[in-house]
Amino acid sequence: MKRLRRLPISDIIFALISFSAAFVVLSLIFSTIIVLYNESSLAIHKFGILNFIFTVDWDPVKEVFGAAASLYGTLVTTVLSLILAIPMAIGIAIFLTEISPHFLKTPIGIAIEMLAAIPSIIYGMWGLFTLAPIMANYVEPFLQKTLGQIPVIGMLFQGEPQGIDLFTASFILSIMIIPFITSVARDALNLTPNIMKESAYALGATKWEVVKDIMIPYAKLGIYGGIVLALGRALGETMAVAFVLGNNHQITTSLFDAAATITVTLANEFTEADSDIYLSSLFYLAFILFILSFVILAVAKFFLLKAERGYSR
Amino acid sequence: MKKILIGMTAVGVFVTSTIAGETINGAGATFPYPVYAAWAYMYYKETGVKLNYQSIGSGGGIRQIKNRTVDFGASDAPLTPEKLDEYKLYQFPAIIGGVVPVVHIPGVKSGQLKLDADTICHIYLGDIKYWDNEKIKKLNPSLNLPHKEINVVHRADGSGTTAIFTTYLATACKDWKEKVGAGKAVKWPVGIGGKGNEGVANYVKRLKYSIGYVEFAYAKQNRLTYTLLKNPAGNFVAPSIETFKAAGATANFDPKKHFYLWMVNAPGKNAWPIAGASFILEAREKTEVNKKVNKFFKWAFEKGDDIAIRLDYVPLPKELKEKIYNYWKEHNIYPE
Repeated sequence: MKRLRRLPISDIIFALISFSAAFVVLSLIFSTIIVLYNESSLAIHKFGILNFIFTVDWDPVKEVFGAAASLYGTLVTTVLSLILAIPMAIGIAIFLTEISPHFLKTPIGIAIEMLAAIPSIIYGMWGLFTLAPIMANYVEPFLQKTLGQIPVIGMLFQGEPQGIDLFTASFILSIMIIPFITSVARDALNLTPNIMKESAYALGATKWEVVKDIMIPYAKLGIYGGIVLALGRALGETMAVAFVLGNNHQITTSLFDAAATITVTLANEFTEADSDIYLSSLFYLAFILFILSFVILAVAKFFLLKAERGYSR
Repeated sequence: MKKILIGMTAVGVFVTSTIAGETINGAGATFPYPVYAAWAYMYYKETGVKLNYQSIGSGGGIRQIKNRTVDFGASDAPLTPEKLDEYKLYQFPAIIGGVVPVVHIPGVKSGQLKLDADTICHIYLGDIKYWDNEKIKKLNPSLNLPHKEINVVHRADGSGTTAIFTTYLATACKDWKEKVGAGKAVKWPVGIGGKGNEGVANYVKRLKYSIGYVEFAYAKQNRLTYTLLKNPAGNFVAPSIETFKAAGATANFDPKKHFYLWMVNAPGKNAWPIAGASFILEAREKTEVNKKVNKFFKWAFEKGDDIAIRLDYVPLPKELKEKIYNYWKEHNIYPE
């Protein structure tokens, strides 16, 4: 209070406005949680928590609902899209900071950032009409002939390729999250002090060694940050995936099978859900996704903070 | 110049006042949206009464009229008389549409492949796996069907189209009724899901040896290969406005049950077996509002048939319209 009194009136008003803005955001999050919990309470009481999470069945006619298939689809598409996107995104970031000739840096950088500005429904339409046929006719048969022949790993590539599956969905997701990782990683790499790079070169290090041993360790935190951002996006992405995943509630070992994610289930079934328990189960799914993203992002942030502390020491 | 200005202001005032005074709000089914929108536009031009229709889906339409936040709701699936009593609603059909099985088999053209309910049922159950299955061959002795696996396509999203299609399978095929059942979204034993009619149409076009089901308008506009179907009278019929009309004419809508009826497997000689009506729901206590809404639908029943046919919908048969008028009179919601 003492501190406030010394401030001019304009500063006090400004502080109040910014405080209430922050407060509104927080209260929005909490009211979202409360609404989701309220709406799903019917399903929570009927199916329980563990039982709901581990039930694969999703049968609106018999009114038996479980989240296992949707959760599985959500996790698989998220992990797979990160696996596809991370090497690509870091490669682009290294190219932009170290290798690219100067006149190319800006256009490529802008083009990558533009990817993030494309509305996700457009990715969805493009995926359905353009990417899915290419996947079904060329990419997936090729993968089956090569990787599909290896024992164990081959299990991931079974079944007739139709282009409407976990693989195509993850591929689209990976394109969508590349700009997030790239731009953060690029900025982080750019922060490497020149003097360190120059000393390494002076010691006779090659470009590869400089990138590997100087820049990446230096920019590690920034890159992790970008990945966390991308993870959040991949978990919640809806429209782009809804078009190419098929919304089949099943758990399969093959990436070439149709599946469902939580968001895809919601997008497909929310409008026509007419019975109370059906609607409540959909809210329950949304509630679980909310908690899931919250926990995953919190864990990621925790490790990021820990790494940061270790790094500054 | 001045005159024009005054005239324009007058029109402006007139239009705004009518908008403010006379607006009908409706929400619900997506399937009849194009025809309701076309009717609303023509009705507005003729009477100055505006109709806002939000196609948020049947589930949403039912919820909104249940909570009385709109003047009428619309649903592709009829509500049972018990549900209507519980929610205190009136119900009547407004437009008819057909669902059409479509296939993609190289060399097979529209109207060549003949199917019946039992065969489609077992294809969708996954029991019939190949196109040269005995059951299909028996229906099509003259066609040379390949030994290829059948790619089954269904809707990924909940929809009235799926409700009509699965009700058709459940009424005609016992196995389906026991194993899967009927509804807007069901647990499909086999196949991949397309989002919306356009999604299913797209997959069937692209995947060879596939079968799917779409609304008639989509089959027609996308030039998909439709099949003939055997109806309960034993005839093979092609999907067209005429066969849908025949289904509407022989379907026995009962005003006492608030027209609760699935129009599948209608008994008529030329009736297409997978048809369905889209319904309007009104709050029972709002007599004046209902009169306003019914005035619109009476106008649409009298003048909207042509535009409906142009949009590939099937207008209600004359006898059914009469039944609806009597239903309104009986409940005191007939527009003067």
